[in-house]
Amino acid sequence: MTSQKQYLLERAAPWVVMAGLVLLWELSILIFNPKPFILPSPAMVYHSFMDYREPIMAHAMFTLTNTLIGFAIGILVGGLFGMLIGSSRIVYAGFYPLLIGINSVPKAAVVPLLVIWLGIGQPPAIATAFLLSFFPIAVNVAAGLATVEPELEDVLRSLGASKLDILIKIGLPRSLPYFFASLKVAVTLAFVGAVISETLASNDGIGYMMLQAASQFRTSLMFAGLIVIASMGIGTYLICALIEKRMTGWATRKQSVVTGGG
Amino acid sequence: MPHSPSGENAFVDLSGVSLRYGETNGTLALSGVDLSIGKGQFAAIVGPSGCGKSSFMKLVTGLCPATEGSIRVAGAPVTGPLKITGMAFQNPTLLPWRDTLGNVMLPLEIVQPHRSRLSSERAQYEARARQLLATVGLEGFESKQPWMLSGGMQQRTSLCRALIHDPQLLMLDEPFAALDAFTREELWAVLQDLWMLKRFTCILVTHDLREAAYLADTIFVMSARPGRVISTHHVDIPRPRTLESTFDPRFNEIVQQIRAEIAQVRNETRVSVPVAQGVA
Repeated sequence: MTSQKQYLLERAAPWVVMAGLVLLWELSILIFNPKPFILPSPAMVYHSFMDYREPIMAHAMFTLTNTLIGFAIGILVGGLFGMLIGSSRIVYAGFYPLLIGINSVPKAAVVPLLVIWLGIGQPPAIATAFLLSFFPIAVNVAAGLATVEPELEDVLRSLGASKLDILIKIGLPRSLPYFFASLKVAVTLAFVGAVISETLASNDGIGYMMLQAASQFRTSLMFAGLIVIASMGIGTYLICALIEKRMTGWATRKQSVVTGGG
Repeated sequence: MPHSPSGENAFVDLSGVSLRYGETNGTLALSGVDLSIGKGQFAAIVGPSGCGKSSFMKLVTGLCPATEGSIRVAGAPVTGPLKITGMAFQNPTLLPWRDTLGNVMLPLEIVQPHRSRLSSERAQYEARARQLLATVGLEGFESKQPWMLSGGMQQRTSLCRALIHDPQLLMLDEPFAALDAFTREELWAVLQDLWMLKRFTCILVTHDLREAAYLADTIFVMSARPGRVISTHHVDIPRPRTLESTFDPRFNEIVQQIRAEIAQVRNETRVSVPVAQGVA
């Protein structure tokens, strides 16, 4: 197989899988013929999306906004926190159990508390998106800082470098690939957070819309909502992946460009 | 050149230096090390593995404080990390996100007075880095990323990084140990050329006795852990030394002698009954 063919196949693969899944879905409807409120056909989902596309898009925008604001706060807090626990063993020892504890609490259980503090609607959705997304960012930045080679640190220290110098010249660039890898995970988690909160305490957003649709057995509308969330998740993931590729190409080099020689 | 500078005119001077890791029960890495190295001299430290050679590096550069004894470098006691040193290790430790030129220029971003001049005189500094790279045969590789270079080229880059700020003291910790024999011998010549050009004081820690004899003026042989200096050899082979020098009878004599000494200290640590030895 030529590399050109390989490339095209790689590009087509996700679409082929997606189309295959829809086909399988349609096929199982034809074979098992379930009631539409149990499993609607792809065509029905498409129609309800087209019928309600304006309210769906409005709710989607609300969810997207909450997600991105929560994610942005998550990047800021998670990044700073990761730098802190990554550069000091004492801070790491002190905070790591707490971080694990916070991360182990199901966020759905925290939303009622957030509602008492922040009211309903946008604020708890942003807060939940933040809570879910900051953990992987903090842990990864810390891991990046912790993997700096001690010899490299010695080289800089023997030049009289301060801790801050070492952080800026080595620590942060070293942790960038970890940081960007974590963004891809974190942004999808931020969606989960926002939708959970909207489902529990909001009058807007995809989560709220799906809860409403469920109460009226409009299953095809629920599926439309799910697909919109999934699409937004994939979209933001791809943006993060693209930024990662641009910023840390050195970490994901291809073997083919290696040259030899004495 | 005086071969054994004592006290006053030594550039690096250790007297009675011991290093123990951890508290009083920790491993004793070095014990009662006395040695002095004159300014501009090339010294090599050899010994069996685990003799505390790397600990010695950390002590002299001030990265790690001595448990006992005094260390003086350039006439002043060492109290913290020195700022007049360059270091290179077995692992080239280049930054993968910087190209070769950027890697070489790293110390200039840290060490004064270069640090504050760097942005205004960038062109001059870049020219200087390019010239240094050319001296080690890396002309044309300035914008290559480290992973595009071979092991030998990476180590040359690492040497340039250690020397770009014109340090008075160069510390090398088995810099060529991971290279193949041909590249290693090539880099001996490169290092000798750089040293003859700039005349920094150099301390080379190595396992390779031929490497030590090729490069050094003075070779300090260390015992097994806890390390101490058991003998000092002066290599009186004229410079520049070449690969032909390594076939010189005098060269082999020195290497054989050191090898015998190290074999003996290895045996002493392995066989705990000291009866059979002793007389020598």
